[in-house]
Amino acid sequence: MKRIDHAEASSKFIKATDHLDFHDKRLWDLRKKRDRVSEALPEWEQLRVIASAIKEHTLTHLGDYLEEFERNAIANGAHVHWAKDAAEHNQIVFDILGARRAKTLVKAKSMLTDECEMRPFLEKRGIVVMETDLGERIQQLDDEPPSHIVVPAVHKLRTDVARVFADTIGTDRNNSDVHYLAESQRQHTRPYFLRADAGMTGANFAVAETGTVVVCTNEGNADLSVNLPPLYIASVGIEKVIPKIEHLGVFVRMLSRSALGSPITQLTSHFRKPRKGTEMHIVLVDNGRSDRLGMPDFWYSLKCIRCGACMNTCPVYRRSGGLSYGATYSGPIGVIIDPAFDLRKYGSLPFASTLNGSCTSVCPVKINIHEQIYKWRQVIAERRQLPFVKKEAMRAAGKVLSSPKLYRAAVETAGAGVEHLPRIMMYSRLNAWGRQREVPAAPPYTFRQWYLENRTKK
Amino acid sequence: MKAALFVPCYIDAFFPEVAIATLELLERLGVEVAYPLDQTCCAQPMANSGCEDDAAATEALFVKNFAKYDYIVGPSGSCVHHVREHLTAIPQSRDVTRVRQNTYELVEFLHDVLEIDAFPWAHFPHKVGLHNGCASLRALRTAKMSEIDEPAFSKPMDLLRKVDGIQFVKPERPDECCGFGGTFSVFEEPVSAKMGYDKVNDHYRAGAEYIVSADMSCVMHQKGCAERLGLPVKFIHIAQVLNGARE
Repeated sequence: MKRIDHAEASSKFIKATDHLDFHDKRLWDLRKKRDRVSEALPEWEQLRVIASAIKEHTLTHLGDYLEEFERNAIANGAHVHWAKDAAEHNQIVFDILGARRAKTLVKAKSMLTDECEMRPFLEKRGIVVMETDLGERIQQLDDEPPSHIVVPAVHKLRTDVARVFADTIGTDRNNSDVHYLAESQRQHTRPYFLRADAGMTGANFAVAETGTVVVCTNEGNADLSVNLPPLYIASVGIEKVIPKIEHLGVFVRMLSRSALGSPITQLTSHFRKPRKGTEMHIVLVDNGRSDRLGMPDFWYSLKCIRCGACMNTCPVYRRSGGLSYGATYSGPIGVIIDPAFDLRKYGSLPFASTLNGSCTSVCPVKINIHEQIYKWRQVIAERRQLPFVKKEAMRAAGKVLSSPKLYRAAVETAGAGVEHLPRIMMYSRLNAWGRQREVPAAPPYTFRQWYLENRTKK
Repeated sequence: MKAALFVPCYIDAFFPEVAIATLELLERLGVEVAYPLDQTCCAQPMANSGCEDDAAATEALFVKNFAKYDYIVGPSGSCVHHVREHLTAIPQSRDVTRVRQNTYELVEFLHDVLEIDAFPWAHFPHKVGLHNGCASLRALRTAKMSEIDEPAFSKPMDLLRKVDGIQFVKPERPDECCGFGGTFSVFEEPVSAKMGYDKVNDHYRAGAEYIVSADMSCVMHQKGCAERLGLPVKFIHIAQVLNGARE
């Protein structure tokens, strides 16, 4: 498995300056809107505490709540399936579709189905899968994964979308008017809703006491996907369960405020039971979640409600783009989730962070994201997954910095600071410091030398 | 009052004037300052890279150097943050715990411990942009962060306001990270440099003649960026301003 090189990928992203500037500004704008709408609620910080407590409680009683959810969902008339991993999930979905000879699946946005790589699995087996969320559809047509968990095509300019749509659904290549593009996609997608054999959504929440799947959207596409075809499948990560319907209000108040800076999503749909004459299936997916629940330093990441606020605020994410992470989940939440899936492949991601902590402060469920990034680095070093150059540099730095004598030899040679110190403290990768920055000038003396000269001699 | 001066390695080697200003300022304020001569580094570079094993001996040396002091004061937020929150590579003996508790960042020490309300010798007739490093801002909590809706406060600003003639400019994104991030600055060089460019441009557009900071490592990076861009912005540590530097 090839290791992800985030620095290399980010360098490509940064070279496209128009895209970079737009991406940074667009997401920073979402962050500012998030500040405004959260500050309008005097109880915002209290809501964060409550949301975090509900999630922690649920996660520490996860088995009980999942079984309660299952009981109530079955009582409502839904079928419930359990998938231990991505492969099982995909097979279950395929079997449900196959048993009903379903050939066309319309689906709403779901990070979980991306995580499971369900679309290629089904397509290879002859199923037509239509993403109906505008951003997801753009990404599907361009054969790219989503670059952001809430706004999947945020790295594209409207002229990029015009190009993709011209190549795939026959729009006017020179017309990048947003309304025109959105309407064209809408007209293109609508007929699929009518002829689809099955519809699918992910879940924002699964309410144990009612057995309900709750989906928050802005486009109405989830409701069309669920309510037109005769078969509905919901893919639900097991961490999505919350105990009671009264808890939902806490999260619904925070989700869209954190994500987009809007008070609430246009639609908050509660899917409880199949319409008469149709079927509803719920697939509860683990895929590494129970393993993570058992990790003392990392189980907190399961509190995530996938709002994307940490991505919007992250100065690294905004300047490198979601695709540079090479994983389903990008940005701060991605770098603490991805290594749990594959430490070797994603071992560089926890280093794609300055540990500035802004992510932790915007997180509506108070995940200590930057502290987990710090902890992952320790795990990566312990499991010998650091690049050789970095590991050796650290060993050398540790030797020099733990010895006053060696340290002084390195920094005190007159004028040698620049020659020696960057190697000790910055162990440069072909002098990466100086590529776009000036190196600090070496002063004629260290502070210690000045001190001995000026403060100890009479 | 007696305090030990903690001079981080990169300040010792690259910015002795910052350590000198810190020493002189503390002495002016009546503190008896000791400077343990065998100090090197707090071990943050190794620890931030995940290498606890490689950090251990340096951490032990740090504790040995500073164990006997009730106050340990350093002019660098991220190093102090490392000592206080992340000095975990060695067994947490009584000395270790004490050293971690007793280590202060300079601004905190002036503001919270000494409660200084005047710097009569300080005069800095310039337009300055204040840069709070992320460890100072979000970990040591020396100022309100924009992510949290809380009453406005800023310890570095409280101190700087007492300086005669100083004027402040407000950048558009005052508390966005500048992209230094220790080893991040070389291993993630493209993003790091871009963040630094954006940061210094933001201050420049706001009209800053100087960027003032309590976090010299951020300054080292920003200064390198501004010089490469050819921006006429100057950099100075808060200790130098409070100690009466004129420019």
